[in-house]
Amino acid sequence: MRADALRDKAAVLGVGCCPFGENWDQSPSDMIVDAAYEAYADAGIEDPQRQVDAVFTGSIYSNKGPHECSDALKLFGKPVTMVSNYCATGTDAFRIAVMSIAAGVYDTVLVVGYDKPKDRGVSGPSVMMDRVRDLPQTPAGWFSLCASTYFAKYGAGREELARIAVKNHKNGCLAPNSFLKREISLEEALSGRMISWPFGLYDCAAQTDGAAAAIVTRADLAKKPGAARILVKGVTVIAGPNPQKDPGNDFLSWKPTGWAAADVYAQAGITKPMDEIDVAQVHDCFTLTELLTYEDLGFIEKGAAKEHIAAGTFELSGELPVNTDGGLKAFGHPTGATGVRMIYENVLQLRGKAGKRQIKDARVALSHNIGGHPTACGIAILGRE
Amino acid sequence: MAGIVSFGAYVPPTRLGFSVLAGRAPKDGGPERAVAWNDEDAVTMGVTAAVNCLRGFDRASVDALVFASTTYAFKEKQAAALVAKALDLRRDVRTTDVSGSLRAGTDALHAALDAVTAGSAKRVLVVASDCRLGAPGSALEQSFGDGAAAFLIGGADAVATFEGAFAIADEIVDVWRSEGDAFVHSWEERFVVQEGYTPGITEVVRGLLAKLGAKAGDFTRVALFGPDARSHQAAARALKIDASALVDPLFGKLGNAGVAFTPLLLASALEAAKEGDRILVAGYGDGGEAMAFAVTDHIGKLEPRRGVAWHLARRRAVASYDRYRAARGLDAREWVQGRDPGLSATIHFRERDEDVAFKGQKCSRCGGVQFPLQRVCERCFAKDDFELVRLSDRVGTVQTYTFDFFFPTPDPPTVVTVTEIDGARVHLQLVNVRPEQVRIGLPVEFEFRRIHQVGGRPNYYWKGVPIPEGN
Repeated sequence: MRADALRDKAAVLGVGCCPFGENWDQSPSDMIVDAAYEAYADAGIEDPQRQVDAVFTGSIYSNKGPHECSDALKLFGKPVTMVSNYCATGTDAFRIAVMSIAAGVYDTVLVVGYDKPKDRGVSGPSVMMDRVRDLPQTPAGWFSLCASTYFAKYGAGREELARIAVKNHKNGCLAPNSFLKREISLEEALSGRMISWPFGLYDCAAQTDGAAAAIVTRADLAKKPGAARILVKGVTVIAGPNPQKDPGNDFLSWKPTGWAAADVYAQAGITKPMDEIDVAQVHDCFTLTELLTYEDLGFIEKGAAKEHIAAGTFELSGELPVNTDGGLKAFGHPTGATGVRMIYENVLQLRGKAGKRQIKDARVALSHNIGGHPTACGIAILGRE
Repeated sequence: MAGIVSFGAYVPPTRLGFSVLAGRAPKDGGPERAVAWNDEDAVTMGVTAAVNCLRGFDRASVDALVFASTTYAFKEKQAAALVAKALDLRRDVRTTDVSGSLRAGTDALHAALDAVTAGSAKRVLVVASDCRLGAPGSALEQSFGDGAAAFLIGGADAVATFEGAFAIADEIVDVWRSEGDAFVHSWEERFVVQEGYTPGITEVVRGLLAKLGAKAGDFTRVALFGPDARSHQAAARALKIDASALVDPLFGKLGNAGVAFTPLLLASALEAAKEGDRILVAGYGDGGEAMAFAVTDHIGKLEPRRGVAWHLARRRAVASYDRYRAARGLDAREWVQGRDPGLSATIHFRERDEDVAFKGQKCSRCGGVQFPLQRVCERCFAKDDFELVRLSDRVGTVQTYTFDFFFPTPDPPTVVTVTEIDGARVHLQLVNVRPEQVRIGLPVEFEFRRIHQVGGRPNYYWKGVPIPEGN
């Protein structure tokens, strides 16, 4: 793609996010309405019927298509599209929204990511199986396949993973809409029951219900007196091979993250991510995913995560705070909503409105999802004008 | 002249000690029985026995396959066709199931020998396999064992030539299982022995000896079916079979393996046979059947087989009766299992080369091997330019692994790997392994196993197995 095709063409005008959790008393519609109306209010949209030109929605559990979102919001007579791209669903819905604005097709669009896994009646991770050789398997099993190889080569282990869980639980306590508001000790993190080695219970994200929304508009329409614009610097979604059958996989990193990072950094003009990015929300479906992502995003050298975890580089007070709202681990992970929830958090950070978890003078924020086996990565970079 | 060209066996390494059955701890060296684990059944054991039998032989030379068992999962749908596919036999192989009687194993052997004698087939593969359930707490639960034996029947190069057979049919309700029964029934033990087994087995042996003009002492190895050690001994004495000639019936080691029992004893006899030996085999069930073989000089040329002794030496004690119950599905469940249609039959149909025959593809352009079958090459992106390659008989290498505690199994964790086979990467479970033995670079071979029971029927796939010592 043309590196400058998207840069500074679109702005995030408003964001909304319902509380993530086991929302037993809320339907998908309830959560969609809560998130979208919060985003409307935040963006100053008083008449969505007139002011929203199109809707891009994302969910992986819904089988109702885009109608679920348009019916909840009663947004009819306009284009509504549903996106599904594993855990990158939310970022992909955002990407398509940004492209539609950059292309000049629409002036203002709504992005809604949501999922309602807690209506399935089962606790814990989902089990996927529709053909014989799909071992009844959990995402924990897929994402743990980098552990034996990475540990053997770079010497990290379960303790480094546990420190990531401890950090994200701590950050989650500071985010009003997060699911888990409880700090955990290192010992506690290490003593959870085993799910798929090396992942114990505390290495796994909290699967929750939730919805998040964003209003994206043309950059020139976003100018408001007294408020800095939040501009989209770059956004991408990259597909990769299934690592379980990819003949070239070294199981030391997830390829799509590296490819997506190269693409999005070129768009945003970033050459030194560690220096140029102030805050990042990365996909911590499992603690190891976050660890690998530090390296795959080029924040640090491959293999250096262990020392940086020990040094606190990615804690709230560190050089590059990661998952300031608790991440998937503590904020919760309604799959389709997660990418949009990260946009929500980054917008708050860039506006200086993130409360006790605010990163001082954050100007550039990155959000990252990786999903599937994993087979798809989405990254968005926002910047304060 | 027709005879046995090759043979192989399979006995599950999981062994249930009689002490565990009695509610005590496992006892080293005590009596035990072989138990098929939760991912094994008559088909999987039969496939492994057949793989062991066919080692070193061209699978394309097999003209027909006869599968004998009383415990195949389907009432309608052939086991032999499934076994043939798993073994990657020719498309035009003749397949037959023999079932309904403990005699099915010797029946199948006899039919195969007849076919080769008659010239209607050059090579016939016979697979006998059984996995019977005795009711919890019953004597049968202890006396049964699980296992399989396979024989390649042919004309030339026979290690044991067929000398003749004699069979009788009898109508008796001694041991039976009806439609819908999970467990085998037996009438009162003394009736079974006095009116069923003893007259049956002695009559067929005497009948064969008379037919051949031979006497028991002419045979250096005698393999007799037996319902229990005492009745087996008594029958041998009645037939004047010398103790040194009697093949160990493996009570307290393997157990009564049903349809596979007599074939396993025949395999056991062949393992230890030398040129000039004469082997007498007698099976029982709804009458009986006896066969005689003469061991030829080819026995010395046959590569050592993975036979009965090989398998008995590789064992793992089942830690508790609860584990056994879980493995054999004897526990009550919260949800009634699968009366749903199960996995898509059309997907199964389209993917049977991969799932059942475990075939990958080799790119004709770049030479890379990949799995599963795909239209476009993973490496060089060539389209539709592949040849199928069999992966099931290759050696793979573990690239990475995890231990999954979430997968439903009687003894978690399940070892899940990405294994490289000739360059193809395959996501596979690993069995017959303790977690501490798993490492990157571990060489593995492959066994046909049940992967799950969706739809209330067994769904089969392949799993990795560390290459055993003394391979």
